[in-house]
This record gives sequence, C-alpha cells and structure tokens, in this order.
Amino acid sequence: MLEVFPSQALFGGILIGISAALLLAFNGRIAGISGILYNLLFNPLSGAERGWRIAFLMGLVAGGYFMLPIEFELRQGYSQWLLIASGLAVGIGTRIGNGCTSGHGVCGVGLMAGRSVVATVTFMASGIITVTILRQFIG
Amino acid sequence: MQRIIIALISGLIFGAGLVISEMVNPTKVQDFLDLFGNWDSSLAFVMGGAVAVTLVTSRFILKRKTPIFAERFYMAVKTSIDGRLVLGASLFGLGWGLSGYCPGPGILNAMINPAEAVVFLPALIIGGWIGQRYSA
Repeated sequence: MLEVFPSQALFGGILIGISAALLLAFNGRIAGISGILYNLLFNPLSGAERGWRIAFLMGLVAGGYFMLPIEFELRQGYSQWLLIASGLAVGIGTRIGNGCTSGHGVCGVGLMAGRSVVATVTFMASGIITVTILRQFIG
Repeated sequence: MQRIIIALISGLIFGAGLVISEMVNPTKVQDFLDLFGNWDSSLAFVMGGAVAVTLVTSRFILKRKTPIFAERFYMAVKTSIDGRLVLGASLFGLGWGLSGYCPGPGILNAMINPAEAVVFLPALIIGGWIGQRYSA
C-alpha cells in the first residue's frame, strides 16, 4: 500500500528519543514510564526520588496536553472487559518484565541491553498475535 | 532542583512526542500490530525514530563517568534473560494488543478518552500491584 511518508510519526519518535537521551545524560535515569509509575505508587521513596518522578509524569501529561489541538477519531463503545483485561495484563506484565515500550523498547534497545532486546521482540510478537486473533477470529 | 527541571522537560518532550506520533491513538496502535491484516506501518517510524536517537546518543552519554547533574547512571541491575522477563513481556504484549494502550498512552488518555482511561488505568495499577507482589 502506497502511503504518504509518515513524517509525523518519525518526528514524534525522534522527540521521544531526545526525551530519553536528556534524562539519561543529565540525570542518569531511564525514561521508562511503567517503572517510574510503579516506583512512585508502590515503593517507599525519599523526597528527591519521588520529586523527579512526579515532575516527569506531570511533564508527560502537560506535554501531551499542549499538543492536543491534534485531533483523533475518538474510539467509542469499546468493550469494557477488553479494557479491564488489557489493563491487568499490561500492569502485571510490565511489572514482572521490568519495563514497557519506553523502558525496554526505546531506552533499553538504544543501550543494546540484551534483556530489553528480548523483551521488545517478545512484546511485539505477542501484541501482533493478540491483534491478529482479536480481529480475524473474534471481532 | 536541576534534576527536577530536567525530568519535567524530558516528560514534556515525551508527552508531546506521544501525541504528535499518534501513539496515543489506540486504534492506530492496533492497526500497527495488525501485521497480517490491514497493516498500518507508520508507527514503526515512531519506534525507529526513537531508537535511532537513543542508539546514537547512548554511545556518547555513557562515555562520561557520571551524568551531568547526578552522581551515577542508574542502569538496570539485572542482565539475565529469564522466564520472568519473557512471561512479563508476553503478558504486556497481550494487554497492549487487547486495547492498543501501553502505559504512557494509557496515562495520556485520561485527557483524550477519559471514558476508556477510567476503566484501563485502575486495571493497570491493580495489575502493577499484583505484579509487584510476585516480584519481591
């Protein structure tokens, strides 16, 4: 299928890479969203350890908010059960696998960490299998 | 204070990137994962663009002994590829495909599609809590 070159996707991806590079270069931290979120929610942290995580998440939300003039077709009427199952699986999976698309996929692969490469190939494959089954055999 | 400001800026850029790239649109994410169906390849450029930047910059960053504003690099301690990692990543991929949300876009959808976020986010947090219990 011939498409217009996805420059918006590429530009957004480059921004995500720059964000991760900044956090590593200045603070020595991995921009992994699941890890940042769970450490904040479930682990007792000192003030400084809490502070940067809260700042990152606040920035994440604000950065998205500033771009929201970009419009999307809003999905409506999606199965609540699928959303619940999805949230649980993403939550358990990213916690026991120590990372998500950002921590493993963007940061870890960039660092050529073996664990992250394996995790990224695995969750991509699992996601492709899931959507294939969901769309071709169920919905 | 410097570190807080860097984290805030990094978050801002990350959030902007997620919206600009349309990673926050779960239907588009599912279209990207629909490799054997009606595949939308554009999100490959998000991952590609991001990884291209981190691959190049990480080389230079790690040549320094310490980060610019911190005493050390906080890298993952684990290096072993074990069953937990593969099981966790498989579960994550399953969840990602079921809705099209990974954690970052899930959080941002509190603003974009609150009707879905109000269901997805509590499930994500409960899932993370369950995972945490089996991680210790």
